[in-house]
Amino acid sequence: MAEVCLGLALLALTAYAVLAGADLGAGFWDLTAGGAKRGGRVRGMIQRSMSPVWEANHVWLIFLLVVLWTAFPVFFGSIMSTLYVPLFGAALGIIFRGTAFAVRGQAATINEARVFGAVFATSSVLVPFFFGTVVGAIASGQVPVGNALGAPMDSWLNPTSILIGVLAVVSCAYISAVYLAADAAAADLPDMVEAFRWRALGAGVVAGAIAIGGLAVVHSDARHLYDGLTSGGGLVFVIASAVIGVLTLVLVWTRRLAVARFTSAAAVVCITVGWAFAQSPDLLPGELTLDDAAAANATLTALLISVGVGLCVLVPSLIYLYRLVLKGTLQQEFEPLDQRFRPLTASDEPPPTEPHP
Amino acid sequence: MDPTVLLAAAGDFTGKLGSPDQSDLVWARETQALSLAVHIPLVCFGIAFPAAILFMEGLYLRTGDLTYKALAKRWSKVMLILFAVGVVTGTILSFEFGLLWPNFMATFGDVFGLAFGLEGFSFFIEAIFIAIYVYGWDRLPKRTHLLVGIPIIITGLTGSLTVLAVNGWMNNPVGFEIVNGEVTNIRPWEALFNSYFWHELAHMYFAGYMVMGFTVAGVYAFAWLRGNRTKYVRAGMIVPLTIACLAAPVQVVIGDWAGREVAQHQPVKLATFEGLPETTKGAPFHFFGWYNKSTQEIEGGIQIPDMLSILAFHDPNATVKGLDSVPADDRPGPINVVRFAFQAMVGIGTILAAAGVFYALVFLRFKRLPRTKWFFRLIVVAGPLAMVALICGWITTEVGRQPWIVYEIMRVEDAVTAASSLPVAFGVVAAVYIALAGTVAWLLRRLAKRPPEVEVGAQVEAS
Repeated sequence: MAEVCLGLALLALTAYAVLAGADLGAGFWDLTAGGAKRGGRVRGMIQRSMSPVWEANHVWLIFLLVVLWTAFPVFFGSIMSTLYVPLFGAALGIIFRGTAFAVRGQAATINEARVFGAVFATSSVLVPFFFGTVVGAIASGQVPVGNALGAPMDSWLNPTSILIGVLAVVSCAYISAVYLAADAAAADLPDMVEAFRWRALGAGVVAGAIAIGGLAVVHSDARHLYDGLTSGGGLVFVIASAVIGVLTLVLVWTRRLAVARFTSAAAVVCITVGWAFAQSPDLLPGELTLDDAAAANATLTALLISVGVGLCVLVPSLIYLYRLVLKGTLQQEFEPLDQRFRPLTASDEPPPTEPHP
Repeated sequence: MDPTVLLAAAGDFTGKLGSPDQSDLVWARETQALSLAVHIPLVCFGIAFPAAILFMEGLYLRTGDLTYKALAKRWSKVMLILFAVGVVTGTILSFEFGLLWPNFMATFGDVFGLAFGLEGFSFFIEAIFIAIYVYGWDRLPKRTHLLVGIPIIITGLTGSLTVLAVNGWMNNPVGFEIVNGEVTNIRPWEALFNSYFWHELAHMYFAGYMVMGFTVAGVYAFAWLRGNRTKYVRAGMIVPLTIACLAAPVQVVIGDWAGREVAQHQPVKLATFEGLPETTKGAPFHFFGWYNKSTQEIEGGIQIPDMLSILAFHDPNATVKGLDSVPADDRPGPINVVRFAFQAMVGIGTILAAAGVFYALVFLRFKRLPRTKWFFRLIVVAGPLAMVALICGWITTEVGRQPWIVYEIMRVEDAVTAASSLPVAFGVVAAVYIALAGTVAWLLRRLAKRPPEVEVGAQVEAS
């Protein structure tokens, strides 16, 4: 039963990494889109795609936390107390990102949009970095069982943690570009399709390079993690992730963007499952096994029952939301972010027609 | 289980991670308190605002009057902003449970965690349907649009129900046993449906309707006082005001029920409401005054004989347990904080209930709104007052629970993190929340300044 609950936690982690990761990665593209005029269309596309879904996407994180503290309370207490610096940082990033995004949607002048956009974009980059370092700290065995017994800084400011933090930022950017390109294709905005397609290809290649180069870092810095990732189930899923990653690049290259959405998600699934295999049977390597960390059976049973019931309501709701989103029903009209605040000029492209009147 | 077993176990119970070495406990508590104080008013809007918006939209569907639509649409935008801020501040809370109280989570997460699991689902479904509702204006068929609002109301109820189940459990911990310092025989469903959360739920749910109703009505009452008597302002005021004025008198009854539950299950907390030093038959209640810790007496203030006994047991001769019923270590520290919070809550609640009764009487007798300007002036400040009462109520119950995080089982000093820099964390959180509050206030003010025509793209009828 502990395995099933771990599976739930991995499901929540993967869903957060893919769905919220795409929103966080959008912040990276927002940050790098250039000046107000040049980046206006990219930012408008981001605003349009994220608005209806980012809150629901974010809730996967809450779900992950809840599963962890209910099913693996000692594990939860140990990581939260030792890794308080990056987790506090991530929490602050979450406040700034969510609020600034919501406010930018209501901005009245380009300067307001600029300020809140910068806050939104910067914190969107910090959140995956901090979460990445947390994953790195856990995977490389930096978290002992106990109340803040690990090193407050060195536990997460070490080569493996920083590597995974950077990889998380780039991967989010990659997934985000794939999703935004697919959204742009659905909305019939060819210039945006191209803009995000190239970004996806670039970020995908960089992410792949960091992942391969990073193996050397992990080899010298966290040997047991390296061994776990390069043998048995860990190796199978690492290879699967690499193959699917390359496949996604090919799909993006050949403009099969709707399919690429799913393959990019599958690549993330392979990474989280591979991580679980690499650490098996430990939750905290060398410190705490899955079975020792698991709560009593009565709790696990109750959790699984309530999750089962909850999913019966949640899944149809989610399907309804994503169907409306993919049909474009909920999307706001596309509008370059800077254009809201100035009159149209001849150099602006004509406003696209509303697909669903 | 037998309470004496709990008490016997309490002395040496330090939880799974052991008693931490933490000199900044007070900063952990202040950080948590501040974060809750920011989040709870937002929760009120999550609980109550959807119902008001749907009512307004229902009026629009029945009458076809665009005024109602403009109001419903405008409010739904406000709801979305407040929900977004509620999402992030709520996320901070779940982080803080672990960051500030790791030993509490590690020791009892498997007992009460289930409730948060259900809360997570409520929250998730709420997020989905709020998005569909707000972004679905003019895009979904009218009836469908109204219907997708209903899950928001339901999840507002189930979400607060499950969170309050956890708070009820902290105050009335059941569903487990402690044997040799270990938490064992966990019964999560029993913990979830502890007997304590029903009155907390009712009290908070009505508080949500009062805070939302008076706050929203206050915005339009302000315009009303300045002479804006358009239909838009009138409808925007009457709907939330009626909701709040109906809820306020009922809240007095629920508060009385809550007080008697506290008297029965947490006599020390009740004694703290008054600062009652000794177990007394026919215990008095003091308005104002100052509890002096060294003399254990209330200095100054207006004494009402037998009133605490009446409040707690509906009997002037009832015996009320005093603070001396437990050792000094097991009593809340800041008695006066609890006293004044309790008195502020009761005082404000009484004023708002009186306003509600007045509004209802005028309507029943004359079928019109009150004419006196003082009523509308009161409504303008009633929203902030209701929020003060809300926070004071939470201070009453949470500070009154001290020094326990799990009542009479685990102390906050054993639950706290051993990590350093807690004062820094408090400073950062305080600065962030001040900025957040300023931003939201600025944004809502700006939203309110836009003419209602923006929402519906047509002239809104002004009568």
